[in-house]
Amino acid sequence: MEDMLFYDRMQFAFTITFHYLFPQLTMGLSLMIVYFKWKFLRTKIDKYNDAAKFWMKIFALNFAMGVVTGIPMEFQFGTNWAKFSELTGGIIGQTLAMEGMFSFFLESSFLGLFLFGEKLLGHKLHFVTGFLVFLGSWASGYLIIATHSWMQYPVGYEILENGKFVLNNFNALFSNPWLLPSYLHNQLASIITSSFVVSAVGAFYLLNKKHTEFGKLFVKTGVVFGVISSVLVAFPTGDWTAKNVAKHQPVTFAAMEGIFETEDGGSEIVLIGQPNVLEKKLDNKIAVPNVLSFLTYQKWDAQIKGLNEFNEEDYPTNIPGLYYAYHIMVGLGTIFIGIMLLANIQLFRKKLYKTKWMLWGLMFMLPFPYIANTTGWYTAELGRQPWLVYNLLRTTEGASPTVSSGNTLFTLLGFIGLYLLLGLLFLMLAGKIINKGPQLNQD
Amino acid sequence: MELFWYIVLMSMLAIYVILDGYDFGAGIIHLFFAKKEKDKKAITNAIGPFWDANEVWLIAAGGVLFFAFPTLYASSFSGFYLPLIIILWLLIFRAVGLELRGQIHNKMWETIWDKAFGISSLLLALFFGVALGNVVRGVNLGNVVNGVSTHEAHYFFLPLWNPTFSPQTEQLGIIDWFTLLLGVIGVVALTIHGANWIIFKTNSDLNNKLKRIVFNLNFVLLGLIVISLLIWHIIEPKPFHNFLNTPWLWVFPIITIIGVLGLFNVKVFKKDGYGFLFSSLFLFGGLTSTVASIFPKVLPSTNTINPDLTIYNVAADYYGLSVGVYWFIIAVVLVAIYFTIQYRVFKGKMDNVGYGEH
Repeated sequence: MEDMLFYDRMQFAFTITFHYLFPQLTMGLSLMIVYFKWKFLRTKIDKYNDAAKFWMKIFALNFAMGVVTGIPMEFQFGTNWAKFSELTGGIIGQTLAMEGMFSFFLESSFLGLFLFGEKLLGHKLHFVTGFLVFLGSWASGYLIIATHSWMQYPVGYEILENGKFVLNNFNALFSNPWLLPSYLHNQLASIITSSFVVSAVGAFYLLNKKHTEFGKLFVKTGVVFGVISSVLVAFPTGDWTAKNVAKHQPVTFAAMEGIFETEDGGSEIVLIGQPNVLEKKLDNKIAVPNVLSFLTYQKWDAQIKGLNEFNEEDYPTNIPGLYYAYHIMVGLGTIFIGIMLLANIQLFRKKLYKTKWMLWGLMFMLPFPYIANTTGWYTAELGRQPWLVYNLLRTTEGASPTVSSGNTLFTLLGFIGLYLLLGLLFLMLAGKIINKGPQLNQD
Repeated sequence: MELFWYIVLMSMLAIYVILDGYDFGAGIIHLFFAKKEKDKKAITNAIGPFWDANEVWLIAAGGVLFFAFPTLYASSFSGFYLPLIIILWLLIFRAVGLELRGQIHNKMWETIWDKAFGISSLLLALFFGVALGNVVRGVNLGNVVNGVSTHEAHYFFLPLWNPTFSPQTEQLGIIDWFTLLLGVIGVVALTIHGANWIIFKTNSDLNNKLKRIVFNLNFVLLGLIVISLLIWHIIEPKPFHNFLNTPWLWVFPIITIIGVLGLFNVKVFKKDGYGFLFSSLFLFGGLTSTVASIFPKVLPSTNTINPDLTIYNVAADYYGLSVGVYWFIIAVVLVAIYFTIQYRVFKGKMDNVGYGEH
């Protein structure tokens, strides 16, 4: 039983981590493609249309990867987490079924038209199909975050005698206080990913002195989108999300921030330190007094509960993992703001395209938004443990009762092998498209 | 309310089989009958703009199953654990094959992805038939061993096969001679279906050859159906029980028969689209007749200790199901609009180059 739960959790963590590498780019990139196409319609300068078509190829490749790695996510609820599905399907099935009906059909129907239909449709309708693909991908994110929010902060339900959760208020699912901050935070994070990807490709072109016209366009668009999204992701949305955690999941908040003891007269904010769960303290701590209290409650001396105030059985299962995930996300987020501000200063001084160190920097930042988004997702998910539905259903109660650990291990290994292959192929093809570059006035 | 969602779910599954079915069929034909590069291109172009959206019906149907019948979802997905994960891998492999083949022009690369696309299509068609067989045959719910139920009444687990290969034993496997027969029917039926789609969408040299192949395969299909109807009694003692009690259900077998008759008389209609229409009717009728024969059961129990899963004991709560109706109707109207737009833009036959590169 222990083994099985471990493999089930590993499998879900592995498949969702891999899966989320793709939608986080497609959601942000679809917005930027719509921007390029819109720019083309307004200015009639071919460069913008060619740029839209170039990113469309990357988008299509990412989208296909997102779809094929997304189907297993839905299946796994039933195959590996049957008990959880049976008990909560009447509620989270609602948002997941809506995702299928409202967003997947929209995305897949119009992506086909967007990819194959430019000549058949003309530019205006082609723009509309692009916009609908964008709308579909953002609706999909919304419904997934709605599902996620219900698991973090269950609303609109009652529990029957047989343990089943039933819905009694449909609107509550969408007015969940957890939903809007998480959604905005998440969408901005995906715009950050696409900004860094677009500017990294642009920097690559400029440094290699090829496709320089597009290199300039990509770097410029990337850093402008990048500075806006990386500031907004921290404030107000990140701040808002953290306050939600402090309010509704105080034990999670304590673990995230690495607070083992409640302090009178306000809590410090930990910049660096390694949680030592055995001795219940933070090793090698560097912290600034009272700032956390202020950030959370706008009072320098507000009290923040430490882990010592809670039952150990309600502690997040993996305190160091949660703490590091959160701190990596916040640390990277801060770096993103810094880099994007610098790049914009250079852009404003009209020196960006010639500042080599800046271009190298932008290029090498490529993997980091992915790491930040993944650790952000881990913060949310590890923070919810040991619960599947916060405070109501434990993870240990959710797994499939009839599937043995041998089977879950077998399928876990199968997924690892298959996804390694997919990852390699993806990198190869994305590299090929990027290397070939946008085609001038291609028809 | 349960009945409404049951009809919705079955319709979505039938639509899925009809739509993705022709993709699978195209894959099988690609594997066995497309020798020339030009033919291969014609086949993949004929499904190029559609297969992605077709596959969404599976995901959406899965979502509806999860939401409307959570107990059935939990029971069957964990019970059929291995085949479902294998189906997932095959779907992934097939999609990757389709997407990647044209990206690099190299003989070996193309051959690898051609085979990946063809073989996974073939296996998927087989597995979907086998799956239908499992639903009809039923499973040992609660895994009753020597009169004792080892799990909660609605949980079970099936291995891929057991050594006896028999549909009438306590320890069933996913594949036995009965489910395998339905698997073969699935392969033949979807091959015909896919061929008809290609005939409908292309002007390739392949078309005349495919017409001959379909004509012969129709006889094979008819033979297999007759055999399976004869042995159905072994699995389900009263296979026509529902039809005798509820005469209007005969609509479904009649649709099947119209489909089969049409398939044999396609030449009367001079236009290439009719073959596809009739194979769609056949698939729709065949699927709905099969599920109608076990209604209201959705997963029969092969033991007498634990009750069958029916639409009534696996459904979600009334309130959830009834709010769902509102958004579902809005969504279905939107989906109908999307599909109309999509199939109108890419209507008719393709020219030789398909719909352009992307």
